[in-house]
Amino acid sequence: MSGANDPYDPKEVAALTPDVLQAAVEKAREEFGSAADLDALASVKPAHLGDRSPLLQARREIGALPPKARAEAGKRVNEAQALVKAAYDERLARLKVERDERVLREEGVDVTLPWDKLPRGARHPITTLAERVGDVFTGMGYEIAEGPELEAEWFNFDALNFKKDHPARTMQDTFYVGAPDSGLVLRTHTSPVQIRSLVERELPVYVVCPGRTFRTDELDATHTPVFHQVEGLAVDKGLTMAHLKGTLDAFAKAMFGAEAHVRLRPSFFPFTEPSAELDVWFTAKKGGPGWVEWGGCGMVNPNVLRACGVDPEVYSGFAFGMGLERTLQFRDGIPDMRDMVEGDVRFTLPFGTEA
Amino acid sequence: MRIPVSWLVQQLELTEDHRDIGANEIAEAFIRVGIEVESVDPLGPVTGPVVVGRVAQIEELTEFKKPIRYCTVEIGDSEDVDDTDDAEDGAPLTTQVVCGATNFVEGDLVIVALPGAVLPGDFVISERKTYGKVSRGMICAADELGLGDDHSGILVLPVDDEIAPGDDAIELLGLGDSVIELAPTPDRGYCLSMRGLARELACALDLGFADPAAIEVPAAEARAIAVTLPEDDACSRFAVRRVTGVDPTAPTPWFIRRTLMLAGVRSISLAVDITNFVMLELGQPMHAFDTSRVRGGLTVRRARAGEKLVTLDDVERKLDPDDVIISDDSGPISLAGVMGGASTEVRADSTDILLEAAVWDPASIARTVRRHKLPSEASRRYERVVDPALPPVALERAARLLRQYGEGSIQPGRTDEGTPQASAPVTMAMNLPDKVAGIGYARGVTAARLQQIGCRVEVGAAADGTPEVTAYPPSWRADLSQPADLVEEVLRLQGYETIPSKLPAAPAGRGLSPAQRRRRHVSRALAEQGHVEVLPFPFVAPSVWDAFGLAADDVRRRTVAVRNPLEADRDQLATTLLPGLLDTLARNVSRGARDVSLFHIGQVVLPRADAAAVPDVPVTGRPTEEQFAALAAALPAQPTHVAVVLAGNHQRTGWWGQGEPASWADAVQAARVVAEVAGVELTVSADVLAPWHPGRCARLSVGGFPVGHAGELHPNVVEALGLPKRTCAMELDLDLLPLRERKVVPVVSPYPPVLLDVALVVDDEVPAAELTETLRGGGGALLEGLNLFDVFSGTQVGEGKRSLAYSLRFRAPDRTLTVEEATTARDAAVAAATERHGATLRG
Repeated sequence: MSGANDPYDPKEVAALTPDVLQAAVEKAREEFGSAADLDALASVKPAHLGDRSPLLQARREIGALPPKARAEAGKRVNEAQALVKAAYDERLARLKVERDERVLREEGVDVTLPWDKLPRGARHPITTLAERVGDVFTGMGYEIAEGPELEAEWFNFDALNFKKDHPARTMQDTFYVGAPDSGLVLRTHTSPVQIRSLVERELPVYVVCPGRTFRTDELDATHTPVFHQVEGLAVDKGLTMAHLKGTLDAFAKAMFGAEAHVRLRPSFFPFTEPSAELDVWFTAKKGGPGWVEWGGCGMVNPNVLRACGVDPEVYSGFAFGMGLERTLQFRDGIPDMRDMVEGDVRFTLPFGTEA
Repeated sequence: MRIPVSWLVQQLELTEDHRDIGANEIAEAFIRVGIEVESVDPLGPVTGPVVVGRVAQIEELTEFKKPIRYCTVEIGDSEDVDDTDDAEDGAPLTTQVVCGATNFVEGDLVIVALPGAVLPGDFVISERKTYGKVSRGMICAADELGLGDDHSGILVLPVDDEIAPGDDAIELLGLGDSVIELAPTPDRGYCLSMRGLARELACALDLGFADPAAIEVPAAEARAIAVTLPEDDACSRFAVRRVTGVDPTAPTPWFIRRTLMLAGVRSISLAVDITNFVMLELGQPMHAFDTSRVRGGLTVRRARAGEKLVTLDDVERKLDPDDVIISDDSGPISLAGVMGGASTEVRADSTDILLEAAVWDPASIARTVRRHKLPSEASRRYERVVDPALPPVALERAARLLRQYGEGSIQPGRTDEGTPQASAPVTMAMNLPDKVAGIGYARGVTAARLQQIGCRVEVGAAADGTPEVTAYPPSWRADLSQPADLVEEVLRLQGYETIPSKLPAAPAGRGLSPAQRRRRHVSRALAEQGHVEVLPFPFVAPSVWDAFGLAADDVRRRTVAVRNPLEADRDQLATTLLPGLLDTLARNVSRGARDVSLFHIGQVVLPRADAAAVPDVPVTGRPTEEQFAALAAALPAQPTHVAVVLAGNHQRTGWWGQGEPASWADAVQAARVVAEVAGVELTVSADVLAPWHPGRCARLSVGGFPVGHAGELHPNVVEALGLPKRTCAMELDLDLLPLRERKVVPVVSPYPPVLLDVALVVDDEVPAAELTETLRGGGGALLEGLNLFDVFSGTQVGEGKRSLAYSLRFRAPDRTLTVEEATTARDAAVAAATERHGATLRG
């Protein structure tokens, strides 16, 4: 503080003394610091940073200082001002964080609450299993063929080389429909669809036929009068039993994993010759990996090809079939087949919408 | 059939490798060649002292509630037994046993398990006090020895020079043996005999085989009895032989009884047991008549209307003109090939036996069995074809057994009528088995295998020089009629396990058909909407149509019925999926479920009003197109339907508040979901149709054609079927929905929309769907969409009226639409509604 200056008012100029400025900063800091929330901070802000705040008023006094003293006083005021502003900003940021934390805390919910106003339904595992089988075979170039459940005996028996009155025919436990001479049955297997496919499609034929079938078995843990089968039929030039085995091996692996494969045992079906029972090596079998009876198969009987107008000297074919309920039963370890037919939603829901 | 392993092995020419072959190895061999094994049951196990005993004395103990015998039994000479302290050399050694059975007399030979013996089930025999006596052992029934299931009394052995008290019963009874139960496939009738099975076993193990039918049959001297055969093919061979002077009291020898016992055939008398034994041995069913009860000669013929026959089981059977019978002068005396008659059966005093062995038409036998519900051991074999060469052989075998064990004398005459046809030879390319299997067999395999099964084989060459083989099937293999049959024989005997696994070159597939894809999508969409798929049976009771309230002439009552239903009252095939679904719904509710929503996609059976009869179509070649058309016309239509039923809440109640009850609207919405997934536009209109509530029934149409219905069920239906109140249902014919291969692709405008609301007051009767369509049409191309956001009725809008409030969204494809343009379009929409439905703007 040096040199004279007129007019000189010491009282006024005292506002620019370091002590006074320091006191203003301290006061601002104290009041900002004690502002409990953003509102309180906003209400004390004008007193320290507003037009009438001591520092702004002090700044206006700079002009009263001797020119030589002005620069130094200006610097002092600016520094004080910056300190106040910093105190404010710091407090503001702090209070904003506190507010956000509180709001988010207050908006918290119990995320474990259920919200199943409209639970999903489910598709029957037999349906999804049939689709899965269909997908495996469409991937191998097959198409899916279908036919009526109420069938003419010609398709269900005659064309499949079931001779009239032969035990093979009576062993099928057939539901007969309509008048005694109607010639109508509920199909006992999906094999009539093979005949329809051979009759309706162009050769070569590669089809799988999933569908509902019927036999007069009383409903119990391992039998149901209404069940589902899937059959496959391939008729082409040069097809062999090795091709049948290869196809079934591929199918088994697709269904049950890389270790699965099939075993054929000689058997008899009127519509195949040679015929075989089909076992699958199932690693997840109860009690350890083992063979599980899975279905039947064989080379299409030339009589069947002839009945469909296919020349057995030129074409050969193989066919195979298995029960879907049985497949599901051993795949998923379902002890009682009745669960699959009674339609209790508690059974079906866990299966969801895909196999 | 059940057969002792020892009996099979006896026919094999065992080599060193197979000397100790076990029952399980035999079972595996059978499986390998295609004879299914049902079970392998070892006899016993029995260990310790089990001996033959002669009942010396029976003391009846009468002070107990049931008959109890205290028996003294001779169990051999003292020198046979270690413990000789209390008996002189050579004197019979006896023991005392308490026994509860009464089917034996003093002098009978029985089986005694002595203290220290262990019977099946770890049953240890020890000396014990019972009924006031000390019992030192047990007199055994067959089942207690693990020898079959017979527990009708204790086992009494026939008195026989070769059986003596003290003999080791374990060896005598063959308790180390096993019984194997086999289920040959129906094409292999010859396997229903020891002869056929032993031959299969020999083939499977590549061993020599001694044919038990290879016995010398002397030439007949005259006929045994006059026999007349019918003109038709009912009987291809009929042979008869007579044995006189048979001792009716002669017991059946032990080896026959044991075989019958283990096969599960009851022992009846020597003559009958012998016919059954020969049937098991050779596969030829036989019948024994009491000659003295036969009147005159025998005639084989079809029954005449009104004829009756009392069969051996004492049941009087009304004969059908298709039944084949054997008659004498008195009328029918036997239901041929199925069961003999009571009037001529062998009885306790029969000494003059007429043995019959014949070959019957399998189809005819099968029909008779079905008609009379009378399956028998004989018919089972006849249905599966009996070796036509067997009748004289079987007669000879049976007659010799009767002579040997019944002291009969075989009469020289033998009647043998009919000339069975030999199977035709089958020729095939020598390498056909290789081609079918996809493998190269060693040279000579095909001919060797065919010879092994009994074929006479000629090797030659076709006209083009390729090697051929001609097989003359043996008499028992009528099933070998085409090359494929020979191929199977070669492949199965070589072993299916030798066939390699090879994936065929795949054709180019087309994937799922559009209808298949659509069905999957519909199913998935309904599941995602909260419905659960079920697969109910198609069988319904006719009473359900009454419960549904269907009119007498309702087309859904036109069903076909199952002739042999499992439940007599549920014999109709469903014309709609609803009865099955509602049944399943009720089952779920009865098990405690409240909110149930089910769906089913399946075929229904809709018989035609003018159903044609199924034509007789041959199988010798492809039927003509006319024949296919006739087959198709005879089958009822079987479209695939989709149906949904709902009860309880569709939107669940929870902590968030009350749920939404499943309503008619959910049922209709299910149809909308199906239509949306199928890519078709569904039109909903009011309708009245049972079983729906007349005020809450929607007709579902596509392209102006009705495809189904949805809504709430009629309260009467709900009550009649015991369903939850306000149960709702939807059913539509999926096959009626046109397949949409391409969807309409919209032009997406990037310009902003103009939103305008209108509230229109119309009469109650105006359906919302129609008003919406009118607005849509009136709004023109600029109306991008509209949403019905409020439906209100009350005094403010007037009696019999309601207000429907829409929010309309206008947009232009090529520019920002002005409010003026949108307003003009809105006014046009409202004007159309006014003109068509008398709608007024709500002020």
